[in-house]
Parts: sequence; C-alpha cells; structure tokens
Amino acid sequence: MIPLLKMAFRDLGRNRRRSFFSSLALAIGLALLLLMAAIIQGEMGSALDATIRLQSGHLQIRAKSYDESKTSLKWDDLVENPDQVAEQIASLPPVTVATPRLFASGIISVRGESVGVRVFGIDPLSEANTPYRLGLISGEFLTPDDREGLLIGQPLADKLGLKAGDKISLSVNTSNGDVAEQLFAIRGIYSTQTNAFDSVTVFLPLAKLQTITQTENHASTIFVLLKDSDQADAVAAALLTSDYKVLTWEKMNELIVQYEDMANAYMVIFYLIVLAITATVVVNTLVMAVFERTREIGILSAIGMKSRRIMAMFLTESSLLAMGGIIMGLILGSLVVAYFAKYGFYIGNFGITGMLIGNTIYAELTLKDTINLTVLAFVVTLLAGLYPALLAAYMDPVEALRGVK
Amino acid sequence: MEVARIENVTRIFKTGKVETQALRGVSLSIESGEFTALVGPSGSGKTTLMQLIGCLDQPTSGQVYINGKDVSKLNRNQRADMRRGTIGFIFQFFALIPTLTAYENVELPLLLNGHSASERRERVSQLLRSVDLIDRAAHRPDQLSGGEQQRVAIARALAPKPTLILADEPTANLDTLNGKQVMETMMQLNQDTGVTFVFATHDPRVISYARRVITLQDGLVVENSKAEKLGIGI
Repeated sequence: MIPLLKMAFRDLGRNRRRSFFSSLALAIGLALLLLMAAIIQGEMGSALDATIRLQSGHLQIRAKSYDESKTSLKWDDLVENPDQVAEQIASLPPVTVATPRLFASGIISVRGESVGVRVFGIDPLSEANTPYRLGLISGEFLTPDDREGLLIGQPLADKLGLKAGDKISLSVNTSNGDVAEQLFAIRGIYSTQTNAFDSVTVFLPLAKLQTITQTENHASTIFVLLKDSDQADAVAAALLTSDYKVLTWEKMNELIVQYEDMANAYMVIFYLIVLAITATVVVNTLVMAVFERTREIGILSAIGMKSRRIMAMFLTESSLLAMGGIIMGLILGSLVVAYFAKYGFYIGNFGITGMLIGNTIYAELTLKDTINLTVLAFVVTLLAGLYPALLAAYMDPVEALRGVK
Repeated sequence: MEVARIENVTRIFKTGKVETQALRGVSLSIESGEFTALVGPSGSGKTTLMQLIGCLDQPTSGQVYINGKDVSKLNRNQRADMRRGTIGFIFQFFALIPTLTAYENVELPLLLNGHSASERRERVSQLLRSVDLIDRAAHRPDQLSGGEQQRVAIARALAPKPTLILADEPTANLDTLNGKQVMETMMQLNQDTGVTFVFATHDPRVISYARRVITLQDGLVVENSKAEKLGIGI
C-alpha cells in the first residue's frame, strides 16, 4: 500500500496549512487528555499514598471486635501487648516497620472554644511516624516519656490561634466510658500538607494516651508498612491468627479505589467529548478535500480504482492526519504534564470525606494512560474519517468526472 | 475481432421530474484496431455513448458488449475491474493526478493491476519514450504543457495494454500544434500496437485523422462511414 501512502501524504501537502491546523486540533485535544489523565492519576496516586503513609499503612492488625467508627477503647476491642506483637511482625522480612497506635476521640478546649479531634497515641521513636516528624513546622516532636505534651496540626492551630508552648485542655474517652480531662502543652505544630488530616488529628505519646484512657498495655492497631505494597495480601495471610483481624490497604481504602473507578468512568466520557470535537475538524478537512478532488476521484475510478481502494486512500489521509496530530499531541502533552509534574496544581484546602488529598496535585502520567489515549485518539479520528472516505468511494464516476457532486 | 458492440442502447437522465433522453436506441460495432471518430454537435450523446462503452455508466435499456462480454448489468466493482484491464481513457481536461509525477501517473494503472516493480519500470519507460516525454518523467503535471500532459494521459491509458482507448475531445483544450502532436501520437500508437482508438470530437481537423466516422445527432447514429484515406493532418 506504499503508493496509497505516498498519494495520501502528497494530497495532505497540497494544503499544508489546513492539514497542519487539523492535526493541531487533534494535538491540542490529545495534550489536554494526557494532562487530565495525569492529574487524575496524580490526585488518586497522592490520595492513596497520603492515606497509606498518614493513616492506614499497608496493613493493620486489630482485635476482631474493634469497630473503627466507634473508636472503641474497651480492652476486648484492643490488641493486648502491642509492643510484643509489633516486634514480632517487624521481624518479618517484607515488613519495613510495625508500630502500635491507639486512637481515641477527644475534644480540645481553649479560651471557651471547643473542637472535636481524633487523638493518635504513637510511639514517637518509630520510623512509621517520620511523615509527622518531617512535617513539624514549629516546636519540637514528642518524646516517648513526655507526659504533658502533644502535637497539633497547623490548620487547627491557626483556627484556634495557638502556637507551640500554649496550653490547651484535652478531654478524651476512657476504656470504661468516662471522660478524662487534662491540660497539655503544645510541643509542636505539624503539617502534612493534607488539610483533612491535619485539621482533626492530635498526637500524644502512646504511653501517655494509654494512661489517660486507662488502656495500659493495649493499642487500637498495629500499623504496618511493607517494602512492597503488592505483598500486602501475602503478609496478611501469614499474619492471620484466631485472635486478630488483618486489614490490607486495599480493604481500608476502598473508598479511594471506588472513587478512582468512578472518576475513570467519567473521564472516558470526557475523553470522547474532546475527541469528538477534534474529529469534527478532521472530518471537515477531509470532506473539503473530497469535494475539491471530485474530478480526480472520477479519474481514479475511470482508470479502474475500486471503491474500497479510494476509501483506503482517504482513510490513509485520516491516519496520516491522526499520526501527525498524535505526535504533536504527545510532545505538547509531555511538556505540559512535565510542567505540572514539577510544579503541581495548588488546590488548597480541598478534601472529600474519607480521602486525604494533599494541597497540591502533581501530574503523573502513566504509560498505560498514554498508550490508551493515543490509541483512542487514533481510532476516533479514523472512525471520523470513514464518512469522507465513503463519500469519495461511492461517488458516481460519471458525475465525478464532470466535477459535480 | 469485435471489441465493442452496442445493441439498441438508450440512456435517459432524470433531473428531478425532467427526463432527458441522451441516447435513443443506438446500435453499432467497433472492430479491433479501429481509429474511429465519434462526431456530432454538443448534446448529441457522444460523451454518454463513450461512458457506456467505457463501463463508466449503464444503459437505461439495450446491451453493451466489450470483448464479447455483456457489461450492461455489471455492478460497480465489476465495471471497475473491466475498466482497469480493458479500457483506457483520455479526457478533454488533462486528467492527471496533480500530486503524482508524469512517471507515477503512467505507473498508476500498473500498480492497480498488480504489476511487479521491474515490469512497471520497463513499461512506463517504454511508454514515456513512445510519447516522447522520457526526459519529463520526474515532472509534475503543473510543470508540463497542456500537450505534454495529454501525451502523459495517452501513455497512462496505454499502460495496462487495453484493447480499447476512449478519448473524449482529446484536443479540445490544445492549440493547433499540440493538438496535431497528440493526434499523431495516437495514430502512431494505433498503428504500432494495434490498440483500438475511439475519439469523440467535433473538430473537423481531428475528424480528418479518423479511418471511420460515426456521426451522432439527438441521441441517434445518423451516419456511420469509413473514411477513404488516412488523415491528412491538422
């Protein structure tokens, strides 16, 4: 089919500007789609990453009866001897870190204002808490034996007008259903750049939270990070005992996974709308070409070129326009994506309940998205090219030779 | 041997509710090796008849036989096949593909017929030599004169070794000198290769080349005569 390719290429060259702008329309469309896909991927990727790092980990070991929504502190609902359990889990080769955490509901009161918070009891020395330590923006991080200090997030500190060193009153539920209240000093203020997390989470040393909630030697969960997230199921299976339940990151972050599926479904509609618009430009160009070349189509038909070959010639032109557009689109798209991968989009305080989204989305283009969108753009353009190709192929040769259509 | 036979052919064109009868029952036969002029005033049905013989169109009634085969009822693709192997066309306008060089234009029917690269090379070179345009092979149509373009069209029409070449007013857009050159080229090729030429014209200087003249008027053959001598030139 080389002669067809040559003819199609030269035909497009007859009106270079028109061909260029048709391809450019496709290029801009494709670049836009690549950027959108990269943003969605970046948003989803960072949401999942943030949630795993800050909240869920790759695995959590909990007591069978523990109900996360109730933040129960009853001994039966907690993991006993958590340090020992964590140590055993940490000794497994795929595990990076395992650390006990205790969760409690609390209320911070200061100057007559009260705010509900989640209180995290953490081992300040554990590597698992590095993201919080690195996020410290003023004051100091907690130490294991600190009995009067806590960390609060920046949005909460800003809201309540607090700074490191200030004293606040914290009330928490206890294991027997009472409420315990104590005055704490703000040791430090942290920011994980994730507003939904920072505005509601307060950190206390694990030992202190155990004391105040009367849950000595107990933890809500063992938070586990793995070297490879794909090993979560295998490690979970290995850890399964009759005493505890093991939750994987996929199970704990079902909402994000579902949201991603939903976003992907919407994106397909968006992709098709954008491509339909660019395809219209290509159709317009080729329909004009068909009308301009009516007599030539008649000549080709007269010398015995069959309809399907004439059709193939115009489809080849569509393919060339599509390929030109796709190459330009990939270059343009890569540049735009590279910019937003480096500098990101600042979205500020944007959150969806149950999802931790950073305040800046960094574009992240996957090879799969690139290939899918490229193929989609090509196929849609080719389908759009069918109409002008059929128009040319089924022209009456006599009328075409007269140059009328 | 009979190359084309037309039996009682009519062709009616409908434009909206208006019917135009372009041919009203034409019968004629064209033998192999003829160099025949189809003459008549505008609207006499010359082009319609050429299109029917050329398998570009189908008659409203009657039969058209090409090399003994009834082509009146062939479908679109079958007619394309028939044209590709059997019939060459030369048009009044210089019907070359503007994006292809002279060489490539002549090569095109050979490509469609699936000839090998070496066969094509040999045949195209030979044809361009025979129309005296071998040194213009790499030129595109817009770099050729009208006469040169028409000679390329003749070479292209001859490329697939057809049994019949139909030329619709081949000199109408040419000056006297170029017209003469085109007619002489056609005549020479007719003598050298034996291929049948039928050309529609109303130019008396072109008619003079014909060995047989078929005259059409109002869609009917009014005269069908053999010229007594070969053309005397334009």
